[in-house]
Amino acid sequence: MSFLQNFCVRVFYAAVLLLAVLVLNFSLMHLAPGDVADTISQSMGGADQELLEQIRADYGLDQPYLIQLGRYIGGVLQFDLGHSFFYNQPVTQLILERLPATLLLVISAQMVALILGVLLGVISARKPNGIVSHFVTFLALFGYSAPVFWTGILLLIGFSLQVQWFPVAGMRDVTISGGFWVHFWDVLRHLVLPMITLSSIFLALYSRLARATMLEELSSDYVRTAHAKGLRPRRVVYRHALKNSLSPVITLAGLQFSAVISGAVLVETVFSWPGLGTLAFQSIIARDTPTILGILFFSALVVIVGNLLTDTVLQWIDPRIRGKQ
Amino acid sequence: MTPFFKGVLASAVLAAVAVGGQVRAEPVTGGTLVTVLGTNVRNLNSAVQSGIVTGYPGAQLFASPLRYDEDWTPQPYLAESWDVSDDGLTVTLNLVKNAKFHDGTPLTSEDVAFSVDVIKVNHPFKSMFAPVESVETPDAHTAVLKLSKPHPALLLAMSGQLMSIIPKHIYGDVPIEEVKTHPRNNENTVGSGPFKLVEYKSGEHVILERFDDFFIEGRPYLDKVVMRIITDPAARAIAYENGEVHMGAFEQLPRIINRLKKVDSLTVTPEGYGGIGPLDWLAINTTAGPLADLRVRKAIAHAVDKDFIMNALMQGTASESRTGIHPDSPFYNAEVENYELDLDKANALLDEAGFPMDGDSRFGLTIDFGWPGVKPQVEYVKAALKKVGIDVTVRASADFPTWAKRMGTMDFELSWDTVFNWGDPVIGVHRTYDSTNIAKGVWSNTQGYANDRVDELMAMAAVESDSAKRKALYDEFQAIIADELPVYHVNTLPYHTVYNEKVGNPPLGIWGTSTPIDMTYLKQ
Repeated sequence: MSFLQNFCVRVFYAAVLLLAVLVLNFSLMHLAPGDVADTISQSMGGADQELLEQIRADYGLDQPYLIQLGRYIGGVLQFDLGHSFFYNQPVTQLILERLPATLLLVISAQMVALILGVLLGVISARKPNGIVSHFVTFLALFGYSAPVFWTGILLLIGFSLQVQWFPVAGMRDVTISGGFWVHFWDVLRHLVLPMITLSSIFLALYSRLARATMLEELSSDYVRTAHAKGLRPRRVVYRHALKNSLSPVITLAGLQFSAVISGAVLVETVFSWPGLGTLAFQSIIARDTPTILGILFFSALVVIVGNLLTDTVLQWIDPRIRGKQ
Repeated sequence: MTPFFKGVLASAVLAAVAVGGQVRAEPVTGGTLVTVLGTNVRNLNSAVQSGIVTGYPGAQLFASPLRYDEDWTPQPYLAESWDVSDDGLTVTLNLVKNAKFHDGTPLTSEDVAFSVDVIKVNHPFKSMFAPVESVETPDAHTAVLKLSKPHPALLLAMSGQLMSIIPKHIYGDVPIEEVKTHPRNNENTVGSGPFKLVEYKSGEHVILERFDDFFIEGRPYLDKVVMRIITDPAARAIAYENGEVHMGAFEQLPRIINRLKKVDSLTVTPEGYGGIGPLDWLAINTTAGPLADLRVRKAIAHAVDKDFIMNALMQGTASESRTGIHPDSPFYNAEVENYELDLDKANALLDEAGFPMDGDSRFGLTIDFGWPGVKPQVEYVKAALKKVGIDVTVRASADFPTWAKRMGTMDFELSWDTVFNWGDPVIGVHRTYDSTNIAKGVWSNTQGYANDRVDELMAMAAVESDSAKRKALYDEFQAIIADELPVYHVNTLPYHTVYNEKVGNPPLGIWGTSTPIDMTYLKQ
């Protein structure tokens, strides 16, 4: 199969998947009793029946299920994700406003987890029974088993209250003014704690996997040959073995991308990070169907793109996969 | 200057200071006040969106005709004076001459008339302006409200966030009923309040800046107000504690309130919620099953220990409320039947009602709750009623709309409920007991309660202009409600305002943060 054919098939599958995501979620939302008119009335301190009916009519919620679904799918096909009932804004605008914050958090957390995880994995693989190795294992298991919101609050108490190094919430301090670098440092300072919290879960996964594959590689024949040639141990590990042990880790990282996004919901909520996660959480509570569907649509899109990227990176580092094309 | 003149001048200054509220110390001008909002703002336009979240930015952006002091007395704001005719059918507002909107356009009586129209159509509290038939505008600074019947609730409804005057030249470009989705409700929002909008970023913040042409000379004191959106209560608590946030309202977790009370730099107070009047109660469906019997309802009231709820569950942060009117309201009547914990009496009442003890059980009931925060109360009711032989099954709801649907259609037996007074009893109290408002959505008369005398008392109180007579009507109303128990009133919602020692004159009047904070300042 040529690369182009392969690509087209993948895009087709992705489109079907996206459609399924929309229909399924729309139907699930529709099955639940009550609707956004109730949460709007809640946010207003109560409303009479007449106003509730008027809100439902305004948003087309009084129409039969199939007509609502049809209208929605029709809109999406014209790249219109609809209008948020709860936030009174176009969903696309809401999501695009929030997307950069989530991408910044998710990508930086993923990078930190990946780089640090591999590094720790390799270090502990070189002396599997050493004290460093045990420490890494402990750290990894701790990060993996502690609930994110707990880790987050604990970090806040430690580093925002006891020693006030990092701010409590949000992504920027609106009271400061200055040039690009002032704001850059400001965002960075806000990013540190949520990033550590989010990466703590994935750090465990990557370091364990890197350690295991590294141990396997280190016992293989080509490593022995390299040692026999008289290469320095450091060079053998980082130049030869590491490259071969990376591909399972990267595959996992790609698969975990969706988990990172869902993990971001909790982290964003704890740190009031103005990303898609908090928006998703709030719109689910508010039963704001267009926003929820819009976010799920975008998440599906991000996961698909993430997987495509993983494949590309794998082809780049592993010639065997390149050959199978 | 003669001493006499000095005296006159001093009292004139004092009088000027006293107008519009109490000023506690010498205020300082300038500074940025960082405050917090617990949830995202749906809409900044408080003329079409009520609620505690919109109330705070709404009252800064938009001015209203009146404001209220701590003693529930109306004070001039956009209206420098007002007059209610003897028959109560005409209310004349004399507007200040120098009020401008943030875009420089002068505010006139046309805007008042327009705002009343918009509120009548779009605002959820229909009873506020229902008797207002028309608003006449004899000149640019006089608005005359013509009423179909006397409406004493009107004065309170013209204060705080309830009557935001919005500019006709901006919101008048769409049909009245579409103002609630007007694009300028969330961006470029223009009012005549003490602060103007700089930026609203959904999920992040609302930033407001001093409006230099504000109609009260020398106000506001602050240069800037930042409202950060921090939804996690624990993160908010840390932000108060480390000084990142100066002030926040509507904190309601007892654990967090009590923890913040121990922080030296912070003041934590339940003041400022009398107007909103949030109450927690046990709602009872009085139309079917054992609960239709008044003796069963009384037995339940005697079996549920309010002290346990207030001391153990609310950890002393809430106060008792015996009726549907908030204890801070001048209409509150504390001299009503108060059901002391008495299990023998409860058992006797249940026997009398014809539900004998069979083994250790008489009959079963369900109890609902709408949000996770009140689960402890619901679990406690279950345990308390078990002692008198009532087996209670707790029914959880997936989310608010699920619970709202159950309540609105009266698909429940018992439920924990939280309902707000919203100022005058006509607005937020009548809806719960009015027999013409049965099962009309959540927070209507979901109890199915009907009593002719109660209906009559509410109808009379709604039009009674004499406040002493009005109080007497509401006293009788509350006594009947407490006796017949369509709901068992338990406690006030423990809303608290938290502010840093740097904050001078925090908004603690009857409307709390839903009032202009033009008198709040930051100490240097």
